[in-house]
Order: sequence, then C-alpha cells, then structure tokens
Amino acid sequence: MKETVISLFLIAGTFFILSGTIGVLRFPDVYSRLHAATKSATLGVSGVLIATFLYFLFDMGIFSGKLILGIIFVLLTAPVGGHMISRAAYRSGVPLWEKTAYNQLEEKEKKDGQL
Amino acid sequence: MTFQLIINIIIGIVWMFLSESYTFVSFLCGFAVGVFLLYLLNRFIPDSFYFRYVNAIMYLIYLFAKELILANIEVLKWVYKPKLDMQPGIIALPIDLKKNWEITLLANLITLTPGTLSVDISRDQRYIYIHAIDLPDVNDTIMGIKETFEKAIREVT
Repeated sequence: MKETVISLFLIAGTFFILSGTIGVLRFPDVYSRLHAATKSATLGVSGVLIATFLYFLFDMGIFSGKLILGIIFVLLTAPVGGHMISRAAYRSGVPLWEKTAYNQLEEKEKKDGQL
Repeated sequence: MTFQLIINIIIGIVWMFLSESYTFVSFLCGFAVGVFLLYLLNRFIPDSFYFRYVNAIMYLIYLFAKELILANIEVLKWVYKPKLDMQPGIIALPIDLKKNWEITLLANLITLTPGTLSVDISRDQRYIYIHAIDLPDVNDTIMGIKETFEKAIREVT
C-alpha cells in the first residue's frame, strides 16, 4: 500500500516533467513554451518531493521539513522566473507566434507611447 | 492578529519544554493545543480569532492546488495534441487590488493556473497583461480569474 502510493506520486511527477519537456520542444514561441516549463516543472518536482517525503515518513519515521521547504520554494520561484523571462522576452522584442489572436499589450503601448 | 500569533507560538514552546522533547513535531502539537486554547478564550483576548485568516489562507491554498493540477492537465492536452491549432493571445486584466504583495501573489497564481502566464504589469498597477495559450472567449477568461483568485485574495486581507 505504502509503496503503491509512493510510486504513484513518483510516476505522476516524472510524467509531468517529461510532458513539460516535450511541450518546451513542441510549442511555437517563447510564451507558450513558458506555459509548459513553469507549470509542469512545478507539479512534477512537487510530486517527486512529496514521494520522497512520504518515503522518509513511512519507512524511516523521519519528518523531513527540508522537502516541504523545497516544494514551497519551487512554488515561489517558478512563477517569478516565468514572469521575468516572459517580461524580458517581450521587452527585448521577441516576436509572438503568427497565429496569436489578441495583443492588448501592444495596443496599450501604442496608445500611451510607452508602458 | 500578531499578538495572538505570538501567544500561540509561546504556548507551542512551553508545550515543547513540558513534554521534554525538543522536536518540530512536539512544537506542532503544542501549536495545535494553543490554537484550541485561543479558540476557547477568544472572548477575553483582543481582536477576533486569528484562525479566520488561516481559514481564508487554507482556502486559497486549496484553490491553488486544484487549479495547478487542472493547469497541468490543460498543458498536457496541448502537448500531446497532434495539431497545434491553439489561439494564443495577450490580454489585459484589470485589477482592483492595491497592495504590492497582493498583486505579486495574484501574478504568481495566474502563472500557475490553466493556460495563463503573467507577462507584464502596467506602470500604474491597474492592469496585468496575461499571455493565454488558448483564447476562445476573452471575457470568460477575465471573469474566471476575477471571480476565483481576486476574491480569494481579498478574503485573506
């Protein structure tokens, strides 16, 4: 039972990381790639860390606070990193995918001159 | 709020000393006892019971975990779809939140939720620009974010 739960978390975590990587390779532009990178990395790493935490808790009876802290810091830093990369990309003029439907940021920039 | 939190931590430490085991787990036990005591003696302590805030924060965390899993399933759908026929776009989300940390929290939550990624914040802090991976209806997306997250963040403050 314990092993099943732990393996489920591990498999789910690695699966999300794998799909995130495929997404990074497949998606057309920086912004959509960041979607894949930030989200799947967060959930994937959390899954692996939770599995490790459960293993330590069940099999060795250690309440490992480090792993919880790891999850919290991944949750804190991944979105900030994604935001900064996309912002830097936009500011330095990386083009959007040609099928992009709306760009209200550009409209606003044109209206106000500069952000 | 701060006062009650300090009392609660002190109760936790005292519990740790009383049970003569200086571990994190016994501190947690003491903390739980402290929460219970504070709840019982709520009438005699200034300020309302601070766990009301904790409840709101818990709700926010629950919401966030749910949305994170949904977001990943959404991304999975796009990753394994044979044809890339999505319709991305950048939209402006008007925000009513005032404090800096609230806006930061909202931007972070937006990044980790289905199909959205915060790209920029306008200088007057009234709009967050969001890159959405698929935009069938702009107003739906905006309303969804405003209804769930902004409301939940406002509950906390």
